[in-house]
Amino acid sequence: MREHRQKRDRISCRPRFRLQSAIVADKTEVQLARNLLSGDLAAFDRFVETYQTKIFQYSYMMCGHREDAEEVAQETLLKVFQSLDQLREPERLKSWVFTIARNSCYMKRRKSVFAPLQELSLEELMPVAAEAGGQRRIQIADWTALPDDEVLRKELREVLDRAIGELPEIYRAVVVLRDIEELTTEEAAEVLGVSIEVIKTRLHRGRLALRQKLDRYLQNAARN
Amino acid sequence: MAMEQSAHKHGLGCREIFAQLSAYIDAELPEATCEEIQAHIANCPPCVEFINSLRRTVELCHGRANAERPSPLSEDAREKLLAAYREMIAARKRGEDPCQPQS
Repeated sequence: MREHRQKRDRISCRPRFRLQSAIVADKTEVQLARNLLSGDLAAFDRFVETYQTKIFQYSYMMCGHREDAEEVAQETLLKVFQSLDQLREPERLKSWVFTIARNSCYMKRRKSVFAPLQELSLEELMPVAAEAGGQRRIQIADWTALPDDEVLRKELREVLDRAIGELPEIYRAVVVLRDIEELTTEEAAEVLGVSIEVIKTRLHRGRLALRQKLDRYLQNAARN
Repeated sequence: MAMEQSAHKHGLGCREIFAQLSAYIDAELPEATCEEIQAHIANCPPCVEFINSLRRTVELCHGRANAERPSPLSEDAREKLLAAYREMIAARKRGEDPCQPQS
């Protein structure tokens, strides 16, 4: 079992081809942007269908209110169509749209902009070690057996959603963009107006915080 | 990581690895650092367990994409968006063709 898990953990060390300063967008997104700019109505429908959900989901996770998120999604789409001709590089479509969504979210909840920044420290997110049988082991749930039962899986998703909602905003924004909306590090940096290094640091701490909460839930579930 | 350090006297220790795990699972590390991590985890089951739990966390997040869906756009809202789009396209065409009359 351990051998199997170690094998699964093996990751290719060959660095992925990346340009530090450029966004490497997927081709369908670039084509969608070009079709939109050429006045293609089918592209309009496809864009609305795809991005209404994406923007809604991002805004819902950032604002925490369904109605606000619905409004942000519609306002963002309207701003996109009003100013699409300002999109100079089609490969930046996704980050450009999310930047507009981010600004609309801020406008919706201006108060939070002035909320104090809460930082997560790595030390707090490390697993707890314990002595057992002369060996030091970390206290960790058995993640190889996530619940099969649909009720428990639903509960796990709820725990995850709650954990995401409880992340301090600066970490939540990065986790939602990178791990839920699957923007690249470069795109997330562009949307949030911070460096690539900041995105990496916040993403790691955000993920660790989520992992810690899920782990506590799984440990409790195993005890009961 | 709060695991024993003595077992890893050479190369990277658990704590150093802990700070780089997201970059590791995203395959964003320089090749040499990635290989050092792999050399470490080959002999460190707690790190393997921890990495797998972090990776599962990320997979669970991926599974939340499109989990929340907005209400369908009303006909009015769609018409408003379409009007804005058509207006933008018309303005763009006018910009490209200075002979076209301004409306």
